[in-house]
Amino acid sequence: MDEARVRMTRQSLPDAAGLMIEREPYYQPLRGEVALFEAAWRNQMPVLLKGPTGCGKTRFIEYMAWRLARPLVTVSCHDDLTAADLVGRYLITARETAWSDGPMARAVRLGAILYLDEIVEARKDTTVVIHPLADDRRTLFVDKRGEVLKAPPEFMLAISYNPGYQSVLKELKQSTRQRFVAIDFDFPPAETEAGIVARESGIDAAASGRLVKLAHMTRNLKGNGLDEGASTRLLVHAAKLIVQGVEPRAACDAAIALALTDEPEMLAAVHELVSAVF
Amino acid sequence: MNSSARFSDNAPLDAAEIEERFEELVGAVLSSRRTATALSQELARQPRAVQEFTLHWVAITARSSPELAYQFATVAPGAIGALGVAGAEKWLLEAMDVFDREGLYRAAASLKDLAGFIRQARAQAGAVAFPEVARVLEHFLAGLSGRPMKLEADDVPWTDTDTVYLPRRITRYGRREENFRAYKVTAALLWAQARHGTFSLDAKRYPGTAPGLALLAALESIRLAARFERELPGLHRDLELLRQPAIESHFEPVVKALRSESAGVADSLLALQRLPADARAPDWVFLGRLEPQRALGVRAERIARDRQALQSAVARLRAEMRAADGGATAPAEAARLRVAVREMPGDAQQLDISLELDGRTMAPTPEVSALIESILQDLGELPEEYLVAAGDGAYRTENAGEPAELVPGIEAPAEGLLYDEWDFRRRHYRKDWCVLAERDVQPGDSRFVPAALIRYRAEVWHLRRSFEALRGEDRRLRGEPWGDEVDLDAAVRALTEMRSGAELAERLFVRRERKLRDMAVMFVVDMSGSTKGWINDCEREALVLLAEALEVLGDRYAIYGFSGITRKRCEVYRVKRFDERYGGEVQQRIAGIQPLDYTRMGVALRHLTGILAAQEARTRLMITLSDGKPDDFSDGYRGEYGIEDTRQALLEAKRAGIHSFCITIDREARDYLPRMYGAAHYTVIEDVARLPLKVAEVYRRLTS
Repeated sequence: MDEARVRMTRQSLPDAAGLMIEREPYYQPLRGEVALFEAAWRNQMPVLLKGPTGCGKTRFIEYMAWRLARPLVTVSCHDDLTAADLVGRYLITARETAWSDGPMARAVRLGAILYLDEIVEARKDTTVVIHPLADDRRTLFVDKRGEVLKAPPEFMLAISYNPGYQSVLKELKQSTRQRFVAIDFDFPPAETEAGIVARESGIDAAASGRLVKLAHMTRNLKGNGLDEGASTRLLVHAAKLIVQGVEPRAACDAAIALALTDEPEMLAAVHELVSAVF
Repeated sequence: MNSSARFSDNAPLDAAEIEERFEELVGAVLSSRRTATALSQELARQPRAVQEFTLHWVAITARSSPELAYQFATVAPGAIGALGVAGAEKWLLEAMDVFDREGLYRAAASLKDLAGFIRQARAQAGAVAFPEVARVLEHFLAGLSGRPMKLEADDVPWTDTDTVYLPRRITRYGRREENFRAYKVTAALLWAQARHGTFSLDAKRYPGTAPGLALLAALESIRLAARFERELPGLHRDLELLRQPAIESHFEPVVKALRSESAGVADSLLALQRLPADARAPDWVFLGRLEPQRALGVRAERIARDRQALQSAVARLRAEMRAADGGATAPAEAARLRVAVREMPGDAQQLDISLELDGRTMAPTPEVSALIESILQDLGELPEEYLVAAGDGAYRTENAGEPAELVPGIEAPAEGLLYDEWDFRRRHYRKDWCVLAERDVQPGDSRFVPAALIRYRAEVWHLRRSFEALRGEDRRLRGEPWGDEVDLDAAVRALTEMRSGAELAERLFVRRERKLRDMAVMFVVDMSGSTKGWINDCEREALVLLAEALEVLGDRYAIYGFSGITRKRCEVYRVKRFDERYGGEVQQRIAGIQPLDYTRMGVALRHLTGILAAQEARTRLMITLSDGKPDDFSDGYRGEYGIEDTRQALLEAKRAGIHSFCITIDREARDYLPRMYGAAHYTVIEDVARLPLKVAEVYRRLTS
């Protein structure tokens, strides 16, 4: 996209106050996911980001919103999230009932990027509104108002999904997933990850290398007693604590070991790994 | 007898009274030359509590051995003074144990060695035993590198590169933390021997004598410690804390070479030759025994296994790729995998593996990554020939040896249901290949379930509570601050209130809370012969706890077992049908679950899929409890055929809208379960004893 157009779109969205990403978020591209996302956006295709928690999916979306100069509406899905929460509802004011757009309706009107984080956490009835928006209809039915919103070409729907969950209730249905272009995320190669941790936290290269090594050790334990290994996000947390002057082992215990497990023996083992590395 | 009256007051007994009691208790070992007079006088000077304690235990001991009781009486006052009453009791009990085991002579000696007992008691306070640390250290070693190692207890620490053997207890230090540190460093060094090539040379090159091997172990520990210093500085600090005495001067000249980054076991052997003839291995707590012959054997076996597995994995990858291409692009030459492995600079432990097969880049499957890592650990490189597709892509090829004929007496039953079976070689079903009969489990011991419930009383209570929290209800909540619809009643009320001057109420919505658990669950229990013994006990107990929990939850469930022998005698056993209530009868059938024959899994799953699919439910779940891979002793079911047939049966289930999950205790399950169930659809329970609790836990996680 050329610079002039970017500037123009940035200015032409008065309603998008607070939704524009003003400063470039730090994101380290790994495999061409940026080009893929851009291509999907240009072709008005929705995107599914797949990958373990804390590996950079949300950061990637922020980066892409900045890059494409679109407002970003993020919804963290939870198990009480209903279709009405997404689309909107009537609120009662002093004299009348007033319609209030939900994040989805707002994103469609603005031509924003709508990011539904951890989509499987949401109620099943949300698929009713997601499906027509995710296929070539690109429409949102606001049934309470009898309104049909047609998404502008700039609008994009992105959802994220962590395939590692072991719950049959949290599997993404085929009918949903087959509407999306999938981008697979995983933890970056060790060197890159160390660079990311250093860059995000300001920690020195040696320490970030050790943190990444620790992360790999915990990822070795995935399926051997841990549900997930330490994510890049946890490493950044630990690194920030260390930069603040917290003793490295205490920082790793607090930000990594305790975050990963409650099981005493596993906790002890992760603690020993921490003290082996530092 | 008058002693009972006197025992009630608090004045010490006098010597005559005590002597009378001694005569009564240990008279058999007294004589004119050996009287109880001196003893009694000594005891008469003690406080009443000590006297009573002594007489009490003399009476007890005398029942096994009057002589031991007499010996005890002679040293008791001193022991009580040194150890206190509780300590003295322990000391005596230990002597009685020795008596039971080794007889009077050793027991008396043990009583007399009071100083030894005190020393030991002090050490006991800080002692750490193997079972306390085994699981933590197993996780620890698995974390250090992806290839998990087993841990077992032995008299001295050593490793065969698959299993790390650790001492039964460590009592060298006074404090627990120090003894634990000794365990940890010992385990880490043994792990490092396997990881960093201590056993990578030809068997002939290792010293043949015990002192030589001990010296080599010490030199290797110096070499590996230097690696720790570079890669795991914290662990290295711990190791140095334990290095008592310090490295002796005759080691000094060789230390530098061993600490070099490129040092290998060959350098240690070289250093061994340069040591003076009188050099002795130091007494470092973390040193184990080197067993090169056994380690090399295990290593060679593993390398061969890994090689074969990798080659067939390559063949499989390629077959899949071809199938995806519709078989059109079959290259003429043999499939060749190119592997790019990058190491993190300065750190040999983190690998970045990428594959290229027939010119196409692909992400390695977890199985392939693990194999490549394992081979690299053993060989330090990936030999070219390992990457050539070989074999038919079988999972295991050693499973040959089917019996030539059917065991006599096994004939096809007169009637039964016919099921197809998937033949992966033909990529086609074999029509009506299996004959399956459904039977009831014979009721078992009616005491089993009540006993299990008592045994797991606390856990059952806990399970019921935690499952109660999951129980779903469908409710319309009125007067909510937010919701799907306007609550008209509340709105009208609020409006009137507002008109009369009150503030506008906020709770004006109707919210529907839907936590409906519309679920039907089928538990499938492996009743194959291999579950014999306590695995079967644990399976049955697991079912009891699960049933208790599910009764609270109200989920519909059924329990079926399966077994069979040959395709003509496949059997599915009813334990609890969906429409049956959980009660005495079902409990007895749970108790009656027995290990039977083989694990022909596919046909059983097909049959049970049919039953489950007929249930009206929003979520249908089939959970298999198993101890190994599918197996039957004839018709070539073993190995890949069985795995592929089961996989196919699970795919059919999936098409019928059934979620499948497998709970297994097979440590090797990671080799084949991902293929059958998918990466996230199984769990391996390492510790069979925890199966009963784990199954309920897994169920809760699966369905919440």
